[in-house]
Amino acid sequence: MNAPAPYKNNFLREVEECVEEGEWVKMCMQCGVCAGSCPFGPDWEHSPQKLFMMIRAGKREEVLTSDAMWMCTSCYNCVVRCPRELPITHIMHGLASYAHRLGLVPKGQPTHEFAQLFWKNLAKKGRVNELKLTLSLYFKDGLVSGIKTALGMQSIGLGMVLAKRLNPMEIFGGHAIKDLKGFQAIIAKAREIEDKKQGLKG
Amino acid sequence: MADNKFAAYICAGCGIGDTLDVKSLEKIAQKEGKMALVKSHAFLCSEEGVKTIRDDIANEAVTHVCIAACSRRAKTEAFNFPGTSVARANLREGVLWVVAAGAEHDEVRQEMAEDYVRMGCAEVKKMKMPDGNPDKAQARSILVVGGGMSGMTSAIEAAEAGFEVVLVEKNGALGGFAKQLWKRVPFAAPYAEAQPTGVAELAARVSTHPRIKLHLNSTLAETAGAPGRFMIKIAQESGSVSDVTVGAIIQATGFTPYDVSKLPKLGGGQDNVVDQAGMEALALTANGAAIKRADGRPVNSVIFLQCAGQRDDSGQHLSYCSGHCCATSIKQAMYFKDANPDVDTMILYQDLRVPGMGEDFYRSAQEKGVTFTKGMATRVSSGGDGCSVSFKDLILDEETTLNADLVVLATGQVANAGVDLDKWTEVTTAAESGDANAKEAQQQLRATSVLKMSYRQGPDLPQLKHGFADSHFICFPYETRRTGIYAAGPTRRPMDLEQSITDATGAALKAIQAVENAGAGRAAHPRVGDLSYPIVRMEGCTQCKRCTVECPFGAIDEDERRFPVFNEQRCRRCGTCMGACPVRVISFENYSVDTVGMQIKAVNVPEEDENKPRILILACENDAYPALDMAGLQRQVYSAYVRAIPIRCLGSVNTIWITDALNSGYDGVMMMGCKRGDDYQCHFVKGSEMAYYRMSKIGDTLTQMGLEPERVQTLEIAITDSVRVAGLINDYVKQIEEIGLSPMKGFG
Repeated sequence: MNAPAPYKNNFLREVEECVEEGEWVKMCMQCGVCAGSCPFGPDWEHSPQKLFMMIRAGKREEVLTSDAMWMCTSCYNCVVRCPRELPITHIMHGLASYAHRLGLVPKGQPTHEFAQLFWKNLAKKGRVNELKLTLSLYFKDGLVSGIKTALGMQSIGLGMVLAKRLNPMEIFGGHAIKDLKGFQAIIAKAREIEDKKQGLKG
Repeated sequence: MADNKFAAYICAGCGIGDTLDVKSLEKIAQKEGKMALVKSHAFLCSEEGVKTIRDDIANEAVTHVCIAACSRRAKTEAFNFPGTSVARANLREGVLWVVAAGAEHDEVRQEMAEDYVRMGCAEVKKMKMPDGNPDKAQARSILVVGGGMSGMTSAIEAAEAGFEVVLVEKNGALGGFAKQLWKRVPFAAPYAEAQPTGVAELAARVSTHPRIKLHLNSTLAETAGAPGRFMIKIAQESGSVSDVTVGAIIQATGFTPYDVSKLPKLGGGQDNVVDQAGMEALALTANGAAIKRADGRPVNSVIFLQCAGQRDDSGQHLSYCSGHCCATSIKQAMYFKDANPDVDTMILYQDLRVPGMGEDFYRSAQEKGVTFTKGMATRVSSGGDGCSVSFKDLILDEETTLNADLVVLATGQVANAGVDLDKWTEVTTAAESGDANAKEAQQQLRATSVLKMSYRQGPDLPQLKHGFADSHFICFPYETRRTGIYAAGPTRRPMDLEQSITDATGAALKAIQAVENAGAGRAAHPRVGDLSYPIVRMEGCTQCKRCTVECPFGAIDEDERRFPVFNEQRCRRCGTCMGACPVRVISFENYSVDTVGMQIKAVNVPEEDENKPRILILACENDAYPALDMAGLQRQVYSAYVRAIPIRCLGSVNTIWITDALNSGYDGVMMMGCKRGDDYQCHFVKGSEMAYYRMSKIGDTLTQMGLEPERVQTLEIAITDSVRVAGLINDYVKQIEEIGLSPMKGFG
């Protein structure tokens, strides 16, 4: 897609059509209460206020490659305080999900990576395999750093095994939920509906 | 007229009788106050107590009553005896509640109470019952100048209330600025869509109303007289002049949009750059279809620049916000979106402000897809097919340039308020000294006047700020500084259509009040209903012109021989003229140099060796005196050495009171008035200002008398200053004790 003309609403319309709760973005009145309320405010590239203004200004590339929406911790401070009652947290998640679908997420964005690992893990057996999820997180940056992290966490892991909070046998496949096939069918259907709604292909 | 008979009534209620020696107070009233009849009562404001007074008035022919009880601000209904002069000695709030408790203070407390009784008796002896201005002005019709939305509203409201209205409009048709609008912002829920203006309907009602006489293509050639008897010359464009006499005037002359040609950087004067009025003209031409530019080309993108030439701190343009322009731009952006949602509309603002229910209107525009960008335009130039707008996005903190087919500048409102009186005074002073250029300048200025008043102080309403004909929003809503002349709509302050309608209705009601009061010989706001009026002993006048210059309301003109001509109907009874007069020939029947002067003299000033200072407080009755009462109500403790006299306004303080007090051995004088300066809170505009000015000149007199300048103090006291005022009194008493008692004691 070509870069939208600045301040001409093309990107705003795209956000309204494709991003969950995106139709709220135009209602922002730029008061900045969200930016001031965010506990992570100083640590992001863009505050919600700025992000919304960038959408209106047609800065498609900058918005969708921003790390801002990935940093949201869903504390809902902004939603509670927004005088215009925008569901800001949901818009942030909507933007993140849209950026992911378009493949525009910055490489190595940790929240994004974890989210993918989590989903893969969950989709496989219909439940989270904690051992596998932990290990896949440790080893996501390669063998050496994985072993280092795992050794560092050794005592906690052993403690959990002794306390029966972690079953080492889960490393072998791990158990699934009842009716795994049914679960997978539900997920496939949900994805189909979502893709249709957003006008995108899987 | 029957002989005067004076009576004093002393109340022993509210604890007065328990703490003070009422018998001795009675004796004082009789012997020193020379009251023919003295009574005390355990509960004077009770039905029985009041009946005693009423019976004495009826049976004993009592004409003047001194009531020694609570403050004059309390029990006003119980102690209201029509036709009888009443003075009040404030024993409760003024003595009982403020003097420290305990037997060691009994002596000073009793002395204070006795002095107040003496003062009350002295005052009532000098009072006369005012009958009202005998020169009752009976014209009841109302002149409305300007036939726009404000003027038409005032006219219809006054006419519907039963008053004859004369409406003067300089154009050939009614409607004013509102007539040039395609639609107006909504006044009612859901505040979502622009509405028809309703101007034509109102104009039709006004032109067919049996009580409204219309003068189109006309202006005022002269305004003379006073409320109830304004003599107006209405000049037709054709040259014919007609005379009318009216009771009150409403000036609803509206505004002129700030001249866009003064904004070349923002494209003022370029093709495809219009102001909001120009935008309305395009919308009117389109008549609901897609709006086209003046050159007939379609508009696919439009940018509205807010605060164009407004809120400017460089001193080149308007420094204020006109209040309506954000909502107006929102409305105009909707014109485009409603005809074609694909038109790009951007409102570039620094601070979007939509007063009233405008926030809903703002939201409605956002829903329609109007883009709101917080940014500051730096330059507009011709570019591409239209204009190119450079601005800084204040959220994204970056410079951008955009092209637009049309740019709309939201310029501000400039009041059509006529001549700036400061300039007028300057030119007039120069002209009077024979400067020929100044004389010509004066003529030119007069030609730009709206009302062309023949007042000593200039031809138009005084302006408060930024050229608007306002007075003061706290002390006088809907008022101006000329009695009987009311400004309505954007000539008074910047406002939108809805506010103008409210404002015009308020002005119509004020005009009706003015007519009624003038007809009954009473004062208008703020001493509404006051029957006293300034009485001048003209044979003593030295033509010094102080009263004519200092009157805050321009009530006093001058005749050919430079004698003052009092227009009582214009007067607000503040007494500033009385305070100004060096020969003391101006007085009111119930408030004069004597009524206060005799109170000052009635106080028993102890000999120096008694070591009891006496401090006179002259307290403005609007703020300072209530603050003193409130101090009592809250049981704040202050020194029993002070004696407070309420006065109408600090402006009415004649310096003779100060010199008399100091001559008769007072150790200090505290003058308590309202806030002065640009953001004054004086009910009479400049009373406090005048007092400061006059007291700045009294220093020499004090030095000649061998007194320290600290012996006279001028203070600003707000009505809420009850705690502060007690502190100020105590500090001042301490200060006086440090300076030492007055050397003038015993010479008085």
